Amino acid sequence: MRRASVVASIALTAAVLLAAAPVRAQTVAITGATVHTMAGPPIENGTVLVQDGRITAVGPDVDVPPGARRIDAAGRVVTPGFIDVGSTLGLVEVGAVDDTRDYAMNEPDPIRAAFDVVDGINPNSSLIPVNRLRGVTTALTSPAGGLIAGQSALIDLAGVHVSDMLIRSRAAMAASFNPGDAGGARGAVSLRLREVLEDARFWRENAAAYDRGAARSLAASRLDLEALQPVLAGEMPLVVGVDRASDIEAILRIAHEYGLDVIIRGGAEAWMVADRLAAADVPVIVKPLTDAPTSFARLGARFDNAALLHRAGVRVMLTSFETHRSGDLAWEAGNAVRNGLDWAAALRAVTRTPAEVFGIGADYGSLEPGKVANLVIWSGDPLELSGRPVHVMIRGTFVPWTSRQRELFERYRELPRPTNP
Amino acid sequence: MKRRVAGTKLFSLGSLLLLAVGASACATVRPGPDGSADGASPVRQTTGSSDHDLRYGTPNGAWTSTYAAPIAAPTLIRGATVMTAAGETIEDGDVLFEGGKIIAVGRGLDAPPGSEVVDAAGRYVTPGLIDTHSHMGDYPDPGVAAHSDGNEATDPTTPEVWAEHSVWPQDPSFARALAGGVTTVQVLPGSANLIGGRGVTLKMVPSTSVQGMMFPDAPMAVKMACGENPKRVYRNRGPSTRMGNVAGYREAFIRAVDYRRRWDEWLDGNRKDDPPSRDLGLETLAEVLRGELLLHIHCYRADELVQMINLAREFGFHIRSFHHVVEAYKVRDLLAADSIGASVWYNWWGFKMEAFDGIPENLALLTEAGVPAILHTDDDMGVQLMNQDAARAMYAGREAGIEITRDQALRWITATPAWALGIDDRTGTLEAGKNADVVIWSGDPFSVYTKADRVYIDGVLRFDRARVDEKPRSDFELEILPDRAAPEAVNR
Repeated sequence: MRRASVVASIALTAAVLLAAAPVRAQTVAITGATVHTMAGPPIENGTVLVQDGRITAVGPDVDVPPGARRIDAAGRVVTPGFIDVGSTLGLVEVGAVDDTRDYAMNEPDPIRAAFDVVDGINPNSSLIPVNRLRGVTTALTSPAGGLIAGQSALIDLAGVHVSDMLIRSRAAMAASFNPGDAGGARGAVSLRLREVLEDARFWRENAAAYDRGAARSLAASRLDLEALQPVLAGEMPLVVGVDRASDIEAILRIAHEYGLDVIIRGGAEAWMVADRLAAADVPVIVKPLTDAPTSFARLGARFDNAALLHRAGVRVMLTSFETHRSGDLAWEAGNAVRNGLDWAAALRAVTRTPAEVFGIGADYGSLEPGKVANLVIWSGDPLELSGRPVHVMIRGTFVPWTSRQRELFERYRELPRPTNP
Repeated sequence: MKRRVAGTKLFSLGSLLLLAVGASACATVRPGPDGSADGASPVRQTTGSSDHDLRYGTPNGAWTSTYAAPIAAPTLIRGATVMTAAGETIEDGDVLFEGGKIIAVGRGLDAPPGSEVVDAAGRYVTPGLIDTHSHMGDYPDPGVAAHSDGNEATDPTTPEVWAEHSVWPQDPSFARALAGGVTTVQVLPGSANLIGGRGVTLKMVPSTSVQGMMFPDAPMAVKMACGENPKRVYRNRGPSTRMGNVAGYREAFIRAVDYRRRWDEWLDGNRKDDPPSRDLGLETLAEVLRGELLLHIHCYRADELVQMINLAREFGFHIRSFHHVVEAYKVRDLLAADSIGASVWYNWWGFKMEAFDGIPENLALLTEAGVPAILHTDDDMGVQLMNQDAARAMYAGREAGIEITRDQALRWITATPAWALGIDDRTGTLEAGKNADVVIWSGDPFSVYTKADRVYIDGVLRFDRARVDEKPRSDFELEILPDRAAPEAVNR
């Protein structure tokens, strides 16, 4: 039930959108760096060659064509751009200001599968420059709320128009194991999910009768049932926010029954069912800095969750779950290492693994010829507190070193005059 | 400025006599509620003038810290990189403590007989970390409604409530903070109210009562809040605007001025009449006016900070520190000029309108300007990672061309918060005579890969990573947490 195959229409959309991106003729050679390609051992004193938005060569002995712009990165570290799969980037400006929040469709019905975040994405959000300067180049931006929140999109964090940024719309279906939205009981969550999945299946087989008004009543709207078809077909991952071990197992049962391609999001107690997750090849999105029993569903939260899952063979992705601080991703990954995750595995968990899990591994997640040139040049160890991006490249272009935060800093670097109390 | 004692009775001549007895009996030993505090003074503090006590009625030993450190062997930590937070870093340095106090910090120290000697070669030693802004115990884990004890959100002005009366000592957060190298926190009421109530300073020690955690003789604090939170919480009954907020503070202090005057007249008179009736809330505000309580104000925006400085000016009180001031950098000259502290995060921003202008260089800019700058957390996860956030803020400053030293960054989480809480004469640095609140780190505390190996409070080993089985575990965590079935931790 893996995601090697993707719905044809989605693949087509992605291809068209990538083709529509502006052509970049510039050739850039980044030289002298320690290059973590994520496709082999690190390369010392390596060169990454970028042409027309794609990586064309990586290695210790790369011929740099004449006229290429050379970036001396001696002593620096180069990694693929980080991918945050736990954010709402582009869908929020100020957390507590309703007008700027577009990730949640607030309606009584907790089934909102048809809700697609794409048209709500704001390419001008101030959060995008702030966080890309910290090494995040790509995000799965997701809806929230209800039992089935809607459809996520994969975006690159640069572009004037949504179409410039979009890698793939309808990249995943977001859901939450939220008893409060199902009548207050855990069993009711499963009941409601099964009911909706059953009716989506029924609708698929009885669409004509439904349109004639000759079908029985269904548990969700036509749009929602239609939107769930790729999920039912195992072609669109269902990302389920769920923490308690027994709740994760309930989701695994439903996934097995319906042949769903499930990804666990949060998974505070996922380590307790690591073997089952590994056996079902269900990946987990982990916030490493989670260790407190903040709810009865998270009594088993512990710092080494990511390490335990990785050891059990589960594919792990990391996130901060903090959209304004999406750039804390490197810090979260560093803390995963602090708590037992292998360094290379932590780097993989924010680059290659999310790219592969969300079906864009052919273009993203590693530094290999042919891949989209999303990369970060770091001052040192990217996971260390002292490590900071010095250049960030998205689709072959270095992003300008500006953000709203940087402009505030510059404005107040010197106080214009003594503040008058 | 010491912790105050409030009696449970109305003042009377009878209790005046009791007061005299109580004052003379301050050396009396009385076990604490958990039996662990033999030797504690029965009164919360004893240094106030008698007039001071009169304003509250008789102490009767109520609301007193019952904390007392158990006896511990002298300890010599040897061969570490000792970051004192007092300007000096000593390579291959030693720290010696005994009887709960630091005896010496230096090189080549001799171990007294019976000492435990800890070889810390390759490791780092710092003072215990201090968080000025916590709601641990008041909003304990798990965060269920039954545990929501941090905001008395029934009236916008509640100076009468004390955060310590909500603290659940079994909050699992306390032990986690300890494991992050934190030895002292200030627990404050929440920010729903204009005047939220009194705060309390706690040591990260296990206890069955909050009294067993209270930092003895620490000054009490008062929490106020600006901006969005009060006007949002009370939008239907008021205040619903920032101008309504300010009117609310002023009205409260006008009453407090009057209350203080009535008491002062009685105290300065012949005291033959009955004293004025006590009013718990006004009692708190009158002590703010007298400078006996340390005032901490939740305030995000620079312009509101200036409003609050004007409020302080109108009524003649001093603000010890602003908390959450994401815009402090915009008015850092004002804070520096009045020696007002600023407790801030490293990089929280944007979660609400008044937090939109937060920048990661805030701490560096404040420090450069001479503001008493503090890294605070207001967060059960952040409190476990204070060393990391200090490091991140230090590197953010350096990246922006502000040369923050390692000692300055360490002071953000040790010496300066100790000053903000009024306990800098006892903790916050590694200097002879200070309480032995000491952390041994596995490596550089400014590395993400480093953990606290050992945490001492008053010279007592309270956390030892090598013996995680003995990590303090609150009652709540017993059996309910599945650690028992857990695999060996991947990396302690």
